[in-house]
Amino acid sequence: MSEASLLALLRAARGAGVRISTAETLEALAAAALVGPDNRADLRDTLGLVCAKSAEEKRLFEETFALFFAPQAAPVAKPRPVEERGAGGDAQGGGGGSGLARMIVEGDRAGLDQALADAARAEDAQAIRFFTQTNALARRMLDRMGLAALEAEIAANPDPHLTRGLLMLRAEARAEAERNLRLFGREESEGLREYMLRRARLAAISPRERARLASLTRAMAKKLATRHSRRRRVTKRGSLDLRGTLRRNMGWDGIPFLLRHRATRVARPRLVVFCDISGSVAALSGFLLLFLHSLGAVVRDLSAFVFTGEAIEVTAALKDSDAEAAIARILAEHGNGSSNYGTALVGFAAQARIDRHTTVVVLGDGRGNRAPPRVDALAEIARRARQVVWLNPEHPALWGTGDSDMPRYAPFCRQLRPCRTLDELERAVDGLLLLHRA
Amino acid sequence: MNTAPDPIAAVAEGLGRTGYIASRSIALALHLAQHLQKPILVEGPAGVGKTELSRAIAAWQGLPLHRLQCHEGLDESRALYEWKYGKQLLYTQILKDRIAPLLGDAPGLAPALKALDGFSDLFFSEQFLEPRPLLAALREPRGCVLLIDEIDKSDEAFEAFLLELLSDHAVTIPELGTIRAAVPPLVLLTSNGMRELGDALKRRCLHLFIGLPSPAMEARIVAARLPGIPPLLLRQIVLFIHGLRALDLKKLPSISETIDWARALTLLHTEHLSPDLVRETLNLLLKHEADISAAQPALAPLAFQAKRDAETGMPLPA
Repeated sequence: MSEASLLALLRAARGAGVRISTAETLEALAAAALVGPDNRADLRDTLGLVCAKSAEEKRLFEETFALFFAPQAAPVAKPRPVEERGAGGDAQGGGGGSGLARMIVEGDRAGLDQALADAARAEDAQAIRFFTQTNALARRMLDRMGLAALEAEIAANPDPHLTRGLLMLRAEARAEAERNLRLFGREESEGLREYMLRRARLAAISPRERARLASLTRAMAKKLATRHSRRRRVTKRGSLDLRGTLRRNMGWDGIPFLLRHRATRVARPRLVVFCDISGSVAALSGFLLLFLHSLGAVVRDLSAFVFTGEAIEVTAALKDSDAEAAIARILAEHGNGSSNYGTALVGFAAQARIDRHTTVVVLGDGRGNRAPPRVDALAEIARRARQVVWLNPEHPALWGTGDSDMPRYAPFCRQLRPCRTLDELERAVDGLLLLHRA
Repeated sequence: MNTAPDPIAAVAEGLGRTGYIASRSIALALHLAQHLQKPILVEGPAGVGKTELSRAIAAWQGLPLHRLQCHEGLDESRALYEWKYGKQLLYTQILKDRIAPLLGDAPGLAPALKALDGFSDLFFSEQFLEPRPLLAALREPRGCVLLIDEIDKSDEAFEAFLLELLSDHAVTIPELGTIRAAVPPLVLLTSNGMRELGDALKRRCLHLFIGLPSPAMEARIVAARLPGIPPLLLRQIVLFIHGLRALDLKKLPSISETIDWARALTLLHTEHLSPDLVRETLNLLLKHEADISAAQPALAPLAFQAKRDAETGMPLPA
């Protein structure tokens, strides 16, 4: 296995989501040289050991590896150097079309596979990026293999065997092009799709995209979680840890050479979430709940309420291991009504455990269908809580128009944020965790 | 068997002689680690033989094993080195009489200080250095196996501190300078996935995941540990455990539990698994009350099936 094809394999793995750095590429090459190319399972395990950094990445890598070596071309008896092979391909395209016909007639699978692989290399099949290029690439590969000559031969001498062979060649060239797309086009198109998804309005996400978005949400939450979970250990100041100091200095008779301080730790926030799940905001609420669920250990204590008319506690449902199903169930059970912020806020203030360590997050558009807004309930919540943060899926220009009560709620919120896309949601939660520290 | 010697099979065979049955991927990782001089990060559920692996390597290579058990709050002075403060104090006390005349000759404070500088280096020399596992591992003249156990339990700061050791096989002690290993130790780190390790650390390691073994593999492992076990009982045990792992349990029984259980059953002179016997000895396999009650209804059918399958004499699934 040449260095070039190893590099191509690593590139494909990177596209599939395995993070491989340049240093790791070098190490992978060294390791592959050590193990040798003969035993494919060993080679796979070797590269997996060097490149993959988690069980998930290992699985992705093994999938890519299997796809990369999919054709399982029978080993060529005499491997020729690459340049010579390329030249051979060209010669076939020039006038040796009968070569292709001969291989079909003789049923020379290995030869056909080799010709196809050569054509793919000559046409730089690995450069394929988008599915729209598949047909063109397959066509170019066939041309390179000497399709014109084969067609001429069929026209002159209509042999059903040759015609069937031609059909088979077409199908195989297409399959090869598609395989290359799956291996090498992934990086680009995944990146593009992710970019679009992060910026798409969450309310307008199609159900088909929802699963992808959920995994994206989890990845973002994990990133945030690692950023905020770093414990700050301030050990050079603060109150003296007398016991620790004595124990530390026991070796020299209790004379305090080295001082020990009580480590101060960053308090993890207690979050109480209050989500509007009436039609317009439901999708966003679902993602917020999923996001917070995925934050896991960063949040010490998460309790969640949903409402349309009455506030309903759903904390227990969120403890479920399959959060997505739980959230879908919550939305289906309690959704579908017109929201009444007044009664919901009153119920929320009565039920929720809010103290001075609690951050209250309200997610809703603040449109209470002209019911009494009960600003006093929010005022009481704000007084008891450390802070109230309001995320609103509407553009700020619309706040206060029609039945929106936002301007009345606004004075009691430490922060008001428009929040429509996954990107904005991430920024909002990031800000939330930072605010809690301040 | 190939005509050319297979270095990976040789590794597996070497480990096998010490009683550790290694799968091919484990042997491969070890082969690579030896030649690329990279540490191995071993991950996997508790009790699949992560720690045991390094013992086996040390026994096979005839090298000493240095073990550093990580825990929260582990710092350099426990992992790397410490000065023997007590000895330093004692020596200054004893040598007081000797030092006084030497300094007494010095005219004035500045020359006295200068003279004193010469001694202070004496007290921060190797003689007063207390090596902890990491330093001890680096100073082994023939190399050694260094096991850094449960790295996920240590703090992130300690993880960063390890990076120099892992990539350069060297540590820096401010008073003495950089100490480089004469023979780089073979380093194994184990992790139970309590927390996500940093990318910098992962990048420096070969990432080996040891999962629960297949029945055939597990039978070989148990047989290696308990040579006297009746073959039929062994097959029943392995098949039963395999069935048990398919249940939805909080903590699946791993190899160490299988070995414990097999040992207990041999001590009881068991010949066949019976549901009653399984029920009585179940606490050797399952460590959570919830798991035990969850497994109860499945025990009798599993034991029956394991017994029947074992008696057919079919080869165990690989």
